[in-house]
Amino acid sequence: MNRLPSLVRQHLAALRGLLVFTVLCGIIYPAVMFGVAQAAFHQQANGSQVSYQGKVVGSSLLCQEFVNAKGNPLAQYFQPRPSAAVNATDKTDYGCDPGFSAASNLGPNNPTLVQLIKQRQKQYAALNHVKISSIPPDAVTASGSGLDPDVSPQNAYLQVNRVAAARHASPSAVRALVSRFVQGRTLGFLGEPRVDVLTLNIALDQQFPLASGH
Amino acid sequence: MNGALAGWLQIALLVAALAACYIPLGNYMARMFTTDKHWRVERGVYKVIGINPETDQKWSAYLRSMLAFSGVSVVFLYGLQRLQHYLPFSEHMSAVPPALAWNTSASFVTNTNWQNYSGESTMGYLTQMSGLAVQNFLSAGVGLVVAIALIRGFTRSRTDKLGNFWVDLTRAVFRLLLPLSVIVAIIYMSGGVIDNFSAYHSVTTLSGGHQTMVGGPVASQEAIKNLGNNGGGFFNANSAHPFENPNPFTNWLTIFILLVIPFATPRAFGKMIGDNRQGYALVAVMVVIWLAAVGGISFFEAQGAGMAPHLAHGAFEGKEVAFGNPGSSLFAASTTTTSTGAVNSFHDSFTPFGGGIALFDIALGEIAPGGIGAGMYGILVLAIVTVFVAGLMVGRTPEYIGKKIRPAEMKYAALYFLTLPVVILTAAGLSIGLKNPQASILNPGPHGLSEVVYAFASMANNNGSAFGGLTGNTTWYNTVGGIVILLGRFAPEIFALGLAGSLARQSPVPASVGTLDTRKPLFVGMLVAVILILVGLTYFPALALGPFAEGLH
Repeated sequence: MNRLPSLVRQHLAALRGLLVFTVLCGIIYPAVMFGVAQAAFHQQANGSQVSYQGKVVGSSLLCQEFVNAKGNPLAQYFQPRPSAAVNATDKTDYGCDPGFSAASNLGPNNPTLVQLIKQRQKQYAALNHVKISSIPPDAVTASGSGLDPDVSPQNAYLQVNRVAAARHASPSAVRALVSRFVQGRTLGFLGEPRVDVLTLNIALDQQFPLASGH
Repeated sequence: MNGALAGWLQIALLVAALAACYIPLGNYMARMFTTDKHWRVERGVYKVIGINPETDQKWSAYLRSMLAFSGVSVVFLYGLQRLQHYLPFSEHMSAVPPALAWNTSASFVTNTNWQNYSGESTMGYLTQMSGLAVQNFLSAGVGLVVAIALIRGFTRSRTDKLGNFWVDLTRAVFRLLLPLSVIVAIIYMSGGVIDNFSAYHSVTTLSGGHQTMVGGPVASQEAIKNLGNNGGGFFNANSAHPFENPNPFTNWLTIFILLVIPFATPRAFGKMIGDNRQGYALVAVMVVIWLAAVGGISFFEAQGAGMAPHLAHGAFEGKEVAFGNPGSSLFAASTTTTSTGAVNSFHDSFTPFGGGIALFDIALGEIAPGGIGAGMYGILVLAIVTVFVAGLMVGRTPEYIGKKIRPAEMKYAALYFLTLPVVILTAAGLSIGLKNPQASILNPGPHGLSEVVYAFASMANNNGSAFGGLTGNTTWYNTVGGIVILLGRFAPEIFALGLAGSLARQSPVPASVGTLDTRKPLFVGMLVAVILILVGLTYFPALALGPFAEGLH
């Protein structure tokens, strides 16, 4: 070994060091953690999946789109926030695509963002028959991940009348359901109150089923 | 509870938790780098590497080992990305293109984790787990050991030996990063961070549509990503992604672990030099600047200036409901004042001054508290500049921690400080001036300039967060960015180690009546002022034309 120039010897030592740490931190450590995850936290480690009528329909941590074939919102479901997680090459992808998590990255004075917000406010007001001034920010802004599973309680309550009408249910019964799904701040002060849209919609389908054919 | 009060309580709990860890973690780190006992598993590692752990290295040998290790790491990571399509667990991802693979490997080896790619559509599980995540450990370890070597420059005298790079690195991994990562990964899993090797598959949604389910060994990588101030997300959306950061508790925990090691390092410094009050003085400087950043960003984001936030009744573009404005602002301030660069909300959509403070934080040079290790050697260099400035005022040879600051030391300190602005402003200037790089800008007006300056400040300071509208995956940004990243990391480290060598050779000078007491609030105030003035003046034109011009418009 000592015949090799010191520069070569040094890099060989470095390479051996890197390989040792790769095995340790890059194979053994993640493998052990994977084992712990699957043994002790099976539900969480596999994406907090939720089911309806025995079939997995998504994850309680990921938003999903409730739209018709043309991309228009389905009145009978609570709607998630606008989403920039879109596969740009797929014309029928309207957002909430976990293969393409993304934010819009539009700046606070970008005219494109200003236009988008105006358009979303108009659509939201028309869909829910509410005044633009009552619409909360989360309903007209895209989330950072594009996968935000939550909406603000205010946003959920504003959608109650529309959802109830589409399901021929009483608004007060739907409102009561929403209030059961409002999660407060963790420990009373961490984060913000919120409503998970997918689990709310599953409960909605269970409690106020749509007439068949929908 | 009222939202603002909840936000302040969240910060208060964080400060309390960090304060509680300061002494035990700092003492532990000091012991870990000063004990002469080796663990058996560590001896095994030394045997494989082929080194004698009792050998003390000169600063130049320490540096050569560090550079050889980093160089080999860049090549290995590049190769892994280029060949991933031949390897198992790659989820049918194709080879990463050359320019992007170069940028990414430079970025991860230097603790930067600037990402010109989307994890979920570019990197296979094997590349993430055995390439990127491994560098998350090692780059953090390298940053830490350079800081320890510089501290030894103060604790040792009349010697040219600074310790052994391999021993320090191995201990950083075995005794600090790996055990803490295991704990954090388990807490993450319990909170909902995924950890599996499931192939991407499609599920039928509740209303009959289709959605792709993504997977990956995320929790294990997420732990070291944040703990080691790396910040490279498994997924494109980084810590905004619900599979990386599912709820307000994991969000708070993430902020805590970004800060805990950098904030405890001054204690390790105080312990090692045998004067804890010197550690308190430095951590006080860090806390002042960090809290100012937290307060500033929280204020401007809550206020919600700008046309779009006005219209929407709040600055909420690019933020998650679960974290809200307080949880997003606290995260943004903490990720930019450490060199982490993970994001739970998108800085490009922040209000002009909120985003401007994030940029200013990075420009400060990552010293409050800075990246793991890097923040410590950064603030030590600035402390030396400060005693020098103070020495000029009274006409005395300045000293710091019993060592004279002579022309040799000042040359290293000045070179250290000058490297980053030169690199950042040159690269940003060229990118604005040249036609092709300019086309990468997403947002019009002054905001576009902020995107470019932020990009190079972030890369050179090894932060890795972005004004994400900038299209980084181009030949220009990949290639030049990779060079900027390497210069921004290794030039300062070379100067820091040179400084360490120069300090260690000196004999200690006893403190006299004329010595500036660097444990007193006066020095804390001077150091804060030197940091703000140096940075403020250096980046003033860029900040004035970017965030200020937009915010005051």
